[in-house]
Amino acid sequence: MQHLGRIKQIVARAGLVALTTGVLIGLAALATFTALSPAAGASGKNVILATTTSTQDTGLLDVLVPLFEKKTGYLVKTIAVGTGEALAMGERGEADVLLVHAPASEEKFMAAGHGINRKPVMHNDFVLVGPAADPARIMGLPLAEALGKIASAKAIFVSRGDDSGTHKMEKKLWKEAKITPSGNWYVDAGQGMGETLRISDQKQAYTISDRGTYLALKNGLSLKILVEKDRALLNFYSVIEVNPAKSTRINNAGAKAFSDFIISPETQEIIRHFGDKKYGQPLFVPDAGQQR
Amino acid sequence: MDLILQGAKHALELLIQGDPEIFQVVLLSLRVSGTAVLISLLLGIPLGTILALSEFPGRRLVLSLVNTGMGFPPVVVGLFVSMLLWRSGPLGGLDLLYTPAAMVIAQVALAAPIIIGLTAAAIQQLNPKLRLQILSLGANRRQLMWILLREARLPLLAAVMAGFGGVISEVGAVMMVGGNVKGQTRVLTTATVLETRMGHFDVAIALSLVLLGITFLVNLALTIFQQRGGTR
Repeated sequence: MQHLGRIKQIVARAGLVALTTGVLIGLAALATFTALSPAAGASGKNVILATTTSTQDTGLLDVLVPLFEKKTGYLVKTIAVGTGEALAMGERGEADVLLVHAPASEEKFMAAGHGINRKPVMHNDFVLVGPAADPARIMGLPLAEALGKIASAKAIFVSRGDDSGTHKMEKKLWKEAKITPSGNWYVDAGQGMGETLRISDQKQAYTISDRGTYLALKNGLSLKILVEKDRALLNFYSVIEVNPAKSTRINNAGAKAFSDFIISPETQEIIRHFGDKKYGQPLFVPDAGQQR
Repeated sequence: MDLILQGAKHALELLIQGDPEIFQVVLLSLRVSGTAVLISLLLGIPLGTILALSEFPGRRLVLSLVNTGMGFPPVVVGLFVSMLLWRSGPLGGLDLLYTPAAMVIAQVALAAPIIIGLTAAAIQQLNPKLRLQILSLGANRRQLMWILLREARLPLLAAVMAGFGGVISEVGAVMMVGGNVKGQTRVLTTATVLETRMGHFDVAIALSLVLLGITFLVNLALTIFQQRGGTR
């Protein structure tokens, strides 16, 4: 038994030595890795852009961000989340600049002092899409009426359900139609626009999508546009600099540079023609400097 | 079916042409997950060995915690690591969020419990008389540890494979702490999610095939190493 005690002692001591060495080597490896990663030591060069999935999924940011980086030398970290999360990131000071589309929430955000210099960037529009067979017979109807028919027919409707700009818009539209959607027919996807369209397609359901994402995915879908061009369906994007008073770590210079870039005439011209070739129609209408 | 064939064809094309963007994504996946597994091994093998061989109050509780950690939901890890690294969080000053280093940290949190737990199990299943025998032959403690680990190399390499497979195929945590930033923190899994969302199924399938291929190759290499010298 003496032996056993000795073994335990030895093992424990050897273990501790090995562990300490392990931790040290581990930390060293992590430090090296950090030093090697491109972002290190360049925090003033990093701009965190919190935005909505639609600007990324349509490919618009893949065109604009490299241009901005080349022009200014900033390194953009595009974090594509829903508008709700993007605004929350701004509120916490976790992002430097926001590109979002939920005017009512944005106004609250500004009123609470979370952001500065909110400027219009562009708009696109939403479309109500659904199966070609159109079981609720809503094709071409005014929006509120169409939503009423979907609800009374209990035709399946897929909601984003993720507090994104599109989801906020959808909730507003139901409210304006004086309907509280609930029941088995109202499906909460909790996902991005692309997945939501795909779920709707599989379920042969109705849903509301921004035109850009719908056009981008149209080829793989059997869904058709049934209601469009209703004034209520316009979707406005704004750029907001996060209030630098929130935290010393906010890169306001970078935020301002991005804001200036995206509303500059050259960028607005690129936005005007973005999607022309690929989708046969532009996806966004630039409206920097305009009153809404 | 068309889509799958088309995807496979496109995958081959992308791989043969050596598309630089995909290459970058593959390289980053390997770098991040490789570093994470390496750090997890350096932490996990000593910790696992201690847990297996020593006795202290609360040892069973610690072991249960480690074993729970083996099944940690990646999104939970992602959320905690994000909160730690937020500008307003305790480690905000390091400016690590949305960098590969943040992804390594999250993956270590996922892989380390797997390696600790499986190491402990591997060492414990060795015959306890073996230790006595080794010591009575005059081995010092470094030699003892070395022999024990060598004896347990089959399950230990299985631990490495489980850890690596777990982190390279994981998407929730790296998406949250890495942010899927193009050219900086985009790895195979997050790129697959993005391409699917964008409706580029062929690219998504290509990326999936690459991911499967890499995990297979890594496991093949480890298995060959593990089985070297024949079965016991």
